[in-house]
Amino acid sequence: MKNEAMAIELKQIRKTFGSVVANNNIDLSVKQGEILALLGENGSGKTTLMNMLSGIYKPDSGSIFINGHSVAINSPEDSIRLGVGMIHQHFKLVEALSAADNIILGAKEKGFFLNRSRSEKIREISKRFGLEIDSEKKVYQMSVSEKQTVEIIKVLYRQADILILDEPTAVLTPQETKRLFEILRRMKEEGCAVIIITHKLNEVLEISDRVTILRKGESVATVETAGTSAQELTELMVGRPVELSIDHPETYFEENLLEIHHLTVCDEEGFEMIKDISFDLNRGEILGVAGVAGSGQKELCEALAGLLPVKKGAILYHKENLVGKSPAEIIKMGISMSFIPEDRLGMGLAASMGMVDNMLLKTYNEGKGPFVSKKAARELSKRLVKQLDIVTPSVDTPVRRLSGGNVQKVLLGREIESQPNVLITAYAVRGLDINSSYTIYDLINEQKQKGVGILFIGEDLDVMLELCDRIMVLCNGKITGIVNAKDVTKEQLGLLMTDASGKGGHKS
Amino acid sequence: MIINFLFAAIKAGTPLLFGTTGEIMTQKTGNLNLGVEGMMFMGAFMSFFVAYHSDSLVLALLAAFAIGVFAALIYAVLTVSFMANQNVTGLTLTIFGTGFAKFFGAMMIDEAGGSPKLSGKFLKAVSEKAIPVLGDIPVVGKLLFSHNPLVYLAVAIAILCTLYLLKTRSGLNMRAVGENPGAADAAGINVTLTKYLHILVGGGICGLGGAYLSLINGGGIWNNSSVVNGQGWISVALVIFASWNPAKAIIGSLVFGAFSVLQFYVPKNIIEVPNAFYVMLPFLITTFVLIITSMRKSKEGSQPAGCGVNYFREER
Ligand SMILES: Nc1ncnc2c1ncn2[C@@H]1O[C@H](COP(=O)(O)OP(=O)(O)OP(=O)(O)O)[C@@H](O)[C@H]1O
Ligand SMILES: [Mg+2]
Repeated sequence: MKNEAMAIELKQIRKTFGSVVANNNIDLSVKQGEILALLGENGSGKTTLMNMLSGIYKPDSGSIFINGHSVAINSPEDSIRLGVGMIHQHFKLVEALSAADNIILGAKEKGFFLNRSRSEKIREISKRFGLEIDSEKKVYQMSVSEKQTVEIIKVLYRQADILILDEPTAVLTPQETKRLFEILRRMKEEGCAVIIITHKLNEVLEISDRVTILRKGESVATVETAGTSAQELTELMVGRPVELSIDHPETYFEENLLEIHHLTVCDEEGFEMIKDISFDLNRGEILGVAGVAGSGQKELCEALAGLLPVKKGAILYHKENLVGKSPAEIIKMGISMSFIPEDRLGMGLAASMGMVDNMLLKTYNEGKGPFVSKKAARELSKRLVKQLDIVTPSVDTPVRRLSGGNVQKVLLGREIESQPNVLITAYAVRGLDINSSYTIYDLINEQKQKGVGILFIGEDLDVMLELCDRIMVLCNGKITGIVNAKDVTKEQLGLLMTDASGKGGHKS
Repeated sequence: MIINFLFAAIKAGTPLLFGTTGEIMTQKTGNLNLGVEGMMFMGAFMSFFVAYHSDSLVLALLAAFAIGVFAALIYAVLTVSFMANQNVTGLTLTIFGTGFAKFFGAMMIDEAGGSPKLSGKFLKAVSEKAIPVLGDIPVVGKLLFSHNPLVYLAVAIAILCTLYLLKTRSGLNMRAVGENPGAADAAGINVTLTKYLHILVGGGICGLGGAYLSLINGGGIWNNSSVVNGQGWISVALVIFASWNPAKAIIGSLVFGAFSVLQFYVPKNIIEVPNAFYVMLPFLITTFVLIITSMRKSKEGSQPAGCGVNYFREER
């Protein structure tokens, strides 16, 4: 019977980029009606492997079988014809086009002219899978989750029966993730084969049937999800026993660093995103900021860093008002921000420059004389590579070539190493593997013990409860509560985030 | 007087319309070809040469189109297949095209023993003729329906290109390639083929613009030194003015055409300005257009996001 055939089978796949061996001796298989999770540290070659199924890369050696037939995938076109649909780590959408245009793009259909009945078909697909979409909306006006919906419909539109998702949940809120998983289960019922990449172990355990683990480009194990645990998966991934716990050192500084008074901030379009908030940040403290995505976290960060103008209120740093100062002046005063944007590559790094030059971007004006000295930056880069396990052929390789997670480590490492007094991190571990995430938590704790005041904008409430001293909850741009992490539960935070108490004013 | 002025503006704007439409097709597929001036020059020479020897308008136009395609092919091979820098390649093409036309133009002059001149029969074929009935309507008839055949050809091409871009499947695919070749590729579109096709067609259309300059504006005499004379560059700027829409380029080229003939229609006794000012005017306006449009910020009607960058699938 057809159901017995493997939808995908990869045998002894190898892929190199110059001297970098990204994949080696990889075996992997997925049955129809099965969800396989692909797990591995940053830079272990997951994206590379999947890109060989989607026709972006060609393997150096090894063979690919689809539905039992040996195939050669030379282009994305071939891959689509074989029924493979991939949702990429960095979305592949044309920003200037509408959702509908993106969906029918390149679809092999009859007719020279664009037919208007396409929206019909899109609507029908959305209904069948319970997806919501405005098909005439332009992609650049969409939120990340809307973009992802477009990507999913695009794949369904081509009637793909093999679906690959590269870190689809990294940028989604828990609710959106839940919805995505429902769709995946529906596809599984319909007999599709699904491969999903994610760094979140709870998601792996929740959604997958089997897990294949990659380590340093090789497939080291495949296990049944039902018979494994987060601990075992981590150890397989890292290759040695690891301890998954977050320290919570006590500090005794008792000194106020930042005081925010009645801050109101508008975004670029002029909407009030932060409405009259007041809080303070002490030395040696981690203040968590929780909230549903889009509650004003981004605007708060940007206002503190001097990137967005403040409409009302004051930001006092050692009693000096930062409002109206330029970003450069603010950095000089020792306030450092690392914001991991939703599209990850965007903010803070120059993609085509190497690590060394990216370090210099932040510090070049500290040197004397007209020439920059690369020596210090080079050493810093090398230290970060060691400390954060950054996988890169050299410190001069353009950062765009690094894997998604490693790009992020570069950004974060640079901010921490600039020895700030105030460190603002947003979504610091987005897209990082579990081991690196804990390395980052340790680094943040280290800074805290040095007396740095840290504003930690996060998504994972469990982590925040362990790591932070106090947690401030934002809802619709207002503070709905500032609580001691010790005295609060996840459920209470959840209520504050949705503002069940009604303190946050108007609801939308 | 006003009617005559507008009529002359249309006449002067037509070569710009060809050039702009051709460049829009090229840029929409993600390639910035600064070789318009060169391609026009080559088209100007080829069409004249063929018209001179064959007396056939159709053959002359085909020749102009073909040489434009050939020039664009050089550009496409270098940028699409060999990933050469688009700006440098385009500039080189301009230098090459200008040299090509002047070299063979000089040879043609030698051969003819003086400036070659097109036959009266040919000139009649490209002369301005009122379309029966329509041409008799007062004002409108003169303005819109009494032109030489190439004017209609230019407008028809511009409108067809607009429809193609907005209403057809391959037009959509091509716009996607220009905006984000990575996304288009992942959607199963053949990026290389799409780019080649539209760069070549764009080049051919630019070649037709050259034909207009030598066959119509030149008055039937080959002039080796000033056939194209910067019109290719204005066309490139007009692409921005037209916000990458060939239909809008019709208006844009009309405006620029008007500026370039202005000097003949401003009564000398009213305003006295040196002639050089009028010659400079289109370029001055171009500068202003560039400044103003660069301040405009919107996703639609702006340069395709992938324009100017070569695409290599395995690079990320
Ligand atoms: N186009 C490329 N050119 C050069 N090197 C590359 C390229 N693509 C990937 N690599 C390298 O191959 C290795 C594997 O990268 P890959 O993106 O597959 O990792 P990953 O497992 O997806 O990691 P992450 O979880 O961080 O996304 C990395 O060391 C990366 O630098
Ligand atoms: Mg990846």
